[in-house]
Amino acid sequence: MISSARLRRLSCALLLALCGLCGALFSQPAVAQDISSPLAQLATDSYADTEAALGALALSGSPAAAGIVSALADGKLVFSAVPRQVFLRTEAGLVDPLTLQPVADPPAVKPVRVNNRVRRAIEAANGTLSLVSPDPARRLEAATAVARSRDTAALPALDLALSKEADPKVKTALTLARASIVMGQPGVSDAERIAAIGLVGAEGNQDALAILQGVPAESSPAVKQAAADAIAGIERSLAMWSMAQNVWYGLSLGSVLLLAAIGLAITFGVMGVINMAHGEMVMLGAYTTFVVQDAIRTYNPGLFDWSLIIAIPLAFLFTGLIGVIIERTVIRFLYGRALETLLATWGISLILQQAIRTIFGPTNREVGAPSWMSGSFDIGQLAITSGRLWIIVFAILVFVALLATLRMTRIGLEMRAVTQNRRMAASMGIRTNWVDAMTFGLGSGIAGIAGVALSQIDNVSPNLGQSYIIDSFLVVVFGGVGNLWGTLVGAMSLGIANKLLEPYAGAVLGKIALLVIVILFIQKRPRGLFALKGRSIEA
Amino acid sequence: MSDIETLEPAAAEGAARKTLTEALLYLDGVTVTFDGFRALNALSFTIDPGEMRAIIGPNGAGKTTMMDVITGKTRPDKGDVFFDGGTTDLTKLDETQIVTLGIGRKFQKPTVFESHTVLDNLRLALKGQRRALPNIFRRETAAARERIDEIFETIKLTEHRGRLGGALSHGQKQWLEIGMLLAQDPRLLLVDEPVAGMTDAETAQTAELLREINANGHSVVVVEHDMTFVRDLGVRVLCLHEGSVLAEGTLDQVSANERVIEVYLGR
Amino acid sequence: MSPSDTRPPALIPTNGLVFLGVLAAVAVLVPLLNLTTSPDAAVHVPTYVVSLLGKYLTYALLALSVDLIWGYVGILSLGQGAFFALGGYAMGMYLMRQIGTRGVYGDPVLPDFMVFLNWKELPWFWYGFDLFPFALLMVVLAPGILALVFGWFAFRSRVTGVYLSIITQAMTFALLLAFFRNDMGFGGNNGLTDFKDILGFNIQSDGTRAVLFFLSALALGLGYVLCRFLVRSHFGKVLIAIRDAETRVRFTGYRAENYKLVAFVVSAMLAGIAGALYVPQVGIINPSEFSPANSIEIIVWVAVGGRGTLVGAALGAVLVNYAKTYFTSGFLAPYWLFMLGGLFVAVTLFLPKGIVGTYYEWREKRRPPADAAGEPLPDPKPAE
Repeated sequence: MISSARLRRLSCALLLALCGLCGALFSQPAVAQDISSPLAQLATDSYADTEAALGALALSGSPAAAGIVSALADGKLVFSAVPRQVFLRTEAGLVDPLTLQPVADPPAVKPVRVNNRVRRAIEAANGTLSLVSPDPARRLEAATAVARSRDTAALPALDLALSKEADPKVKTALTLARASIVMGQPGVSDAERIAAIGLVGAEGNQDALAILQGVPAESSPAVKQAAADAIAGIERSLAMWSMAQNVWYGLSLGSVLLLAAIGLAITFGVMGVINMAHGEMVMLGAYTTFVVQDAIRTYNPGLFDWSLIIAIPLAFLFTGLIGVIIERTVIRFLYGRALETLLATWGISLILQQAIRTIFGPTNREVGAPSWMSGSFDIGQLAITSGRLWIIVFAILVFVALLATLRMTRIGLEMRAVTQNRRMAASMGIRTNWVDAMTFGLGSGIAGIAGVALSQIDNVSPNLGQSYIIDSFLVVVFGGVGNLWGTLVGAMSLGIANKLLEPYAGAVLGKIALLVIVILFIQKRPRGLFALKGRSIEA
Repeated sequence: MSDIETLEPAAAEGAARKTLTEALLYLDGVTVTFDGFRALNALSFTIDPGEMRAIIGPNGAGKTTMMDVITGKTRPDKGDVFFDGGTTDLTKLDETQIVTLGIGRKFQKPTVFESHTVLDNLRLALKGQRRALPNIFRRETAAARERIDEIFETIKLTEHRGRLGGALSHGQKQWLEIGMLLAQDPRLLLVDEPVAGMTDAETAQTAELLREINANGHSVVVVEHDMTFVRDLGVRVLCLHEGSVLAEGTLDQVSANERVIEVYLGR
Repeated sequence: MSPSDTRPPALIPTNGLVFLGVLAAVAVLVPLLNLTTSPDAAVHVPTYVVSLLGKYLTYALLALSVDLIWGYVGILSLGQGAFFALGGYAMGMYLMRQIGTRGVYGDPVLPDFMVFLNWKELPWFWYGFDLFPFALLMVVLAPGILALVFGWFAFRSRVTGVYLSIITQAMTFALLLAFFRNDMGFGGNNGLTDFKDILGFNIQSDGTRAVLFFLSALALGLGYVLCRFLVRSHFGKVLIAIRDAETRVRFTGYRAENYKLVAFVVSAMLAGIAGALYVPQVGIINPSEFSPANSIEIIVWVAVGGRGTLVGAALGAVLVNYAKTYFTSGFLAPYWLFMLGGLFVAVTLFLPKGIVGTYYEWREKRRPPADAAGEPLPDPKPAE
């Protein structure tokens, strides 16, 4: 229970914070600093005065300052001796540097002279001005540049920018930059240095690491120790984040494997049919997506964002139908002869590949991503792309839907019945032939759906399916045949293991290592992670 | 776990139970569980050297699992299985080692090598070199030929020796398999339902065949449902139920047992 | 009791004699017609045909090696191509070392691709390959040792049937990925090629080609006799028994895993020899030989010819590859995969015993049943 007094205090604090935010937001356009004295200095046309004026302009916070400095750099800042005044030379003639209004009665002018010292001052002023530029990206860039340069002279500019900054990202960068300068600034107490190190260390990212590694060698032992501790802390946290990132990639790869393998878990795991054409079902699903998008581009481009949603049921029906045809014409004659099925379905896979090659050509076809699948966001230091996120979500949806189909529907019940005892099921009036066809169709249809998703991350070519077939089989066998949960765990653990191995071994060696591990695992536990046990298992 | 002790049916056995060193085969407290289902529940019994024993019991009583445990196909969760007067712990050995010790097994479903001739079936089973490389250059000895002829006489398949194993009738396959066991010359034969699917005449012949084998010094354990056949054998009977021994004794004693009648024979 | 019962089947049955006879005739005639007749003569066999036929013969030997384990032990290896390729690479490495300074970069020791990769010295596993006998040893040892290690693990843990097929496929896939890497030191993507000579003879010359052809035929013939010898021995009977009832074999006291292992290793070595003969005749070896698709294609050769018949496997390899050459060169080229795919389906559905197996069955039916004892033909049944 929060007391009303505390509530009031809280709301006051919130209100204040809000005011502060608004103030920060509106400060730039609202306050126009007086820059008349630097303008007067520029009009004297002495190098020393120009240099001083540049410093003052940069820190003035005036919106006109940037224009004046760049005009000076371009030789378009001019002055008249009588009256002592500066103007900007534009195509429209001379204009007032503050108001940018044309000068009614232009006097005789000469450009403000520039030498190397002034040029350096211009650069410095530009850097400072960037820190308060209206463009946040530019401010961020400038802050990072300052942090690298550790230029003590930039300190006042940083303080100015910090006082105005509203964007949290830029503010962090500015704070870092300030701390990095303080760390190396002469005449600063160790306590201040260590406080600055703490501030940088708390940031915990790659930039902070770079800053800390730049602690001057001549610093006191306490400062160096603090820096070393902070570096170790950052490295730990970076390692954790990179691990987390790899796990995320692994989950993403795992869901791709799950999508590719889950249809196989039905045809191989439940029916015992070795379907080497499974990969081609995935490929057909991907091509269905291509055809749908092609039609949408031609007839109704506005629907493009819906193309995948439209493609999913179509891919399911189309590949499911192909699956049923394959089952009825070939596989049903080969039940109980697993190795023969393997050969026949391999033949079918060749035929399907060649058919697609004949129709669509051998090259990759372009399948676009709808707008809601592009883009990315960060969680901490995790970069999460929407595409990957959607594929994970989609894989889980497909998994749940399949599980529900098998558990809760009539056809699911019949499928399980036929798998467990074909003759008994038949004698109870289940049309086993029909169930076989439907089961195979379901497995193929799910492969087709997987193809829709995989069309987003892989090249849509006739060879698409080939690249998944071996992985899919390994996932199903690794997880334990006949067990959908095993397939889920198998896919995810293989995906994550692959991505965790990659940083150490490289992509190809990591893959090879994983293949070897799975081969060894299957030899240790020939029936996978979740094996059924019993007397009849070897019968 | 504690319910095993309370369930242990110690009443029926005891008297017939031999000590470890006297028994050819010694099972004590053998328990096997498949995914929560207790196929064998603290099963204990012994077989004497030279003894023939019939094991009966309803389906699911654990008869086949018992054979799996003895032959090393299934490892027990707990319990002891010893062979040859307690000298050998069978739970530590694999199938092939157990066969080499002299325990032969005939499966419920007759399994002969279908694409080999009957003769080759026996040749393969005949006691002798089992290692791979020496068998590449192996030549058949005269002694081996004689022994095979003897076995053919015993199993009465001499005129079928040239036929493929797969071409034999069901009963002939059963005999061939028994013949293959004989060829291995085991000290203990485990025979699982040898007369299932046989005619009455074949059943009687099989009983005679097993008695003959037993008379030649082989110990035999026969698992069978066919009561006529068990009576023909005329040996001690062990009745299993739910993975443990329900009753033991002569067939008459066992069939008079109230519990046996209740769970197996029916009233 | 008729005496024919106990007489063992002939080492080489009639069909085998026919096979060996035809093979011997081809082995002598083809090189002879290539070398002694003028290119204009009607009976002249052009050199490219000699090499092509030689390639078929090495494929036939490879098919024979598959048939030994698939037809007689029931091991469907989807990675046999890996053993073939390893044998090929061993020979390729010898041929690379023979190039010497004639390579593009003219390095006396390093093959061109190593110079290109800026390698300074020969990797240790290339040592010795300049010696022909060492290379020959590796031709059989490299596949043999891989098969020994892989099979030892697999058979001991009783990985059988489709599981074994899947992990053999994973094995060749892993090797494919590995050999594609430049760092492996086997020429990466491009493999080994631009061979100059073998034992000092120009590898392009007609004479060398003829000798290589003759050797391929000889290897095929010897391979056939070896396989026949193995399958009709007591050892071979155990193999067939394993195919039909592995559990029974274990309960008869045989260590089935050891028998499988010996057969698997012998088969891998035969495949390695086939690969070694293939490479000099084709002039290149690259990682694509490891591709799982290649290994599956070998299976279809055997299936077409008839598994468990040896002669059939060799015949199937030659027939399918002749068809492949014929169809992939003309306007029918785009349809070859349709044909190959259709062949897979048709053979499994309509000709499960293959050409030779079906012929045996037909001959068997015509024979009076009393005589059926003759030669126990291994009846190819599904290996589960």
